[in-house]
Amino acid sequence: MSLDKATVREIARLARIDVPDQGLDAMVGDLNGILAWVEALNELDTAAVEPLANVTGHDLPARADTVTDGDDAARVLANAPDPIDSFFAVPKVVE
Amino acid sequence: MSADGMIIQGRTGDWEVVIGLEVHAQVMSAAKLFSGAATAFGAPPNSQVSLVDAAMPGMLPVINRTCVEQAVRTGLGINAAINMTSVFDRKNYFYADLPQGYQISQYTQPIVGEGEIEIVLADGRRKNIGVERLHLEQDAGKLMHDQHPSKSVVDLNRAGVALMEIVSKPDLRSPEEAGAYVTKLRSIMRYLGTCDGNMEQGSLRADANVSVRRPGDPLGTRCEIKNVNSIRFLMQAIDYEARRQVEVIEDGGEIDQETRLFDANNGTTRTMRSKEDAHDYRYFPDPDLLPLVLDPAEVEALRAALPELPDAKKDRLMADYGLSEIDATILTEERETAAFYETAAAGRDGKTVANWLISELFGLLNKTGRGLADSPITPEALGGLVDLIGDGTISGRIAKDVFAEMVETGQAADAIVAEKGLKQVSDSGEIAGLIDGVIADNADKVAEYQGGKDKLFGFFVGQVMKKSGGKANPQMVNQLLREKLDG
Repeated sequence: MSLDKATVREIARLARIDVPDQGLDAMVGDLNGILAWVEALNELDTAAVEPLANVTGHDLPARADTVTDGDDAARVLANAPDPIDSFFAVPKVVE
Repeated sequence: MSADGMIIQGRTGDWEVVIGLEVHAQVMSAAKLFSGAATAFGAPPNSQVSLVDAAMPGMLPVINRTCVEQAVRTGLGINAAINMTSVFDRKNYFYADLPQGYQISQYTQPIVGEGEIEIVLADGRRKNIGVERLHLEQDAGKLMHDQHPSKSVVDLNRAGVALMEIVSKPDLRSPEEAGAYVTKLRSIMRYLGTCDGNMEQGSLRADANVSVRRPGDPLGTRCEIKNVNSIRFLMQAIDYEARRQVEVIEDGGEIDQETRLFDANNGTTRTMRSKEDAHDYRYFPDPDLLPLVLDPAEVEALRAALPELPDAKKDRLMADYGLSEIDATILTEERETAAFYETAAAGRDGKTVANWLISELFGLLNKTGRGLADSPITPEALGGLVDLIGDGTISGRIAKDVFAEMVETGQAADAIVAEKGLKQVSDSGEIAGLIDGVIADNADKVAEYQGGKDKLFGFFVGQVMKKSGGKANPQMVNQLLREKLDG
């Protein structure tokens, strides 16, 4: 698998990472290098192997349905730039 | 099947409408899907937000067991396959109401697989609508645009609340079928207590995929109408969208696969995003969450504890009380309505009680914009009224006056009848006396009647009833009048 320049530009857009055009070629090279390295895994025949999702042997931990958190808007907003009252504020987005 | 759905008659021939629905139903739970913050509606901004919901670095989601059970119970309620292993994925997109930059959802392995919902249409036709899947996911926060001239403000109270997304197969063929499907799904979830179904508060929202085709043709290109928050609007939106598509195609155009918004102000849909701007969500399994593995014994325990659901209750009311399917469907849409009915109908004629409940009491409540919970008449009081009709104490005609008085004063029917002297007159001597008086007062009409003007019979009945103040037993009046006039 190898990525072209347009695909890398699109991935950057989706990730909201600003990659200037003159940086794209280097990025294409880097990403293709990484992909080639990962593709070494393709040498293994995994046809009969279940996908591994759990190496711990534990089940998904679960909680009871009780309210144990919240009621602290100040803490939630502590890092927010320019909150309005108890709201986060962002540049106007109207779809 | 297609013959039963809506057919749009275009200039160039008939068109069939194909609809699939994605319903987002908020899970009834005290806490959120992956955090311990509360879910109550209407709390002060950002007061029900944990650092998990705000996506602070290093926070880890821990699943709420009850939300899982609610999804399983909903799946069982729509006769769906429960997937014993399911997987949470990240659905990636950037928006100001989504602090994580991704929604935790389920993509390739949802918790519930294929199921089925039966709908009953106005003409009594039954139809099974397939459900493709049900999965659990997080809701987003709420954006408001009217609080500040250049800013949008964000309240994360809703962020992370558990949603069930329930995806139908493209089995729906008319706005009516779509409305009946959402109504039925809502009813099942309210019986189960898994979603409160409150569309005004956004606990239930629907996206509709709509396309048109020539009957028998393969599926046409679809448009998705997003986030419709009432069943009436949903039906309007589908109707408008289908007709729009027919017009575009008949004008020689093509349908663009796109996302559209419904405008409730003018009943139309308009482009929200075209295919070029379609999101690329880049789903992948959430590395913070292990696969969700269910215990078969627990699923069976949930199945065993399910309440009687609308279909079963409807069938039982039809069998036990001799109700029509339409009446039984109306009475079982809400569990509270069915309970009211069964209390009122216990030991009485079920059809009479159903008639009084549906045409009189519901009529009154609709007119005054109230729900059954605010009914001025209790089920026992309605039953008491039906008793008086059943044993001949009052006629159906007088019963309507008594009913109005019950609504007005909250008194019991028998007390009103006693106080106002409304007891039906079934004494043949007394009725005969009234008839004699009417005959004596209307000698000319009697002569006309006996001369062959049969239609006058109704006039005499009316006069006798009037003289009795409406209290004479109508059957006896008829019978005795016949004897006197024809005998």
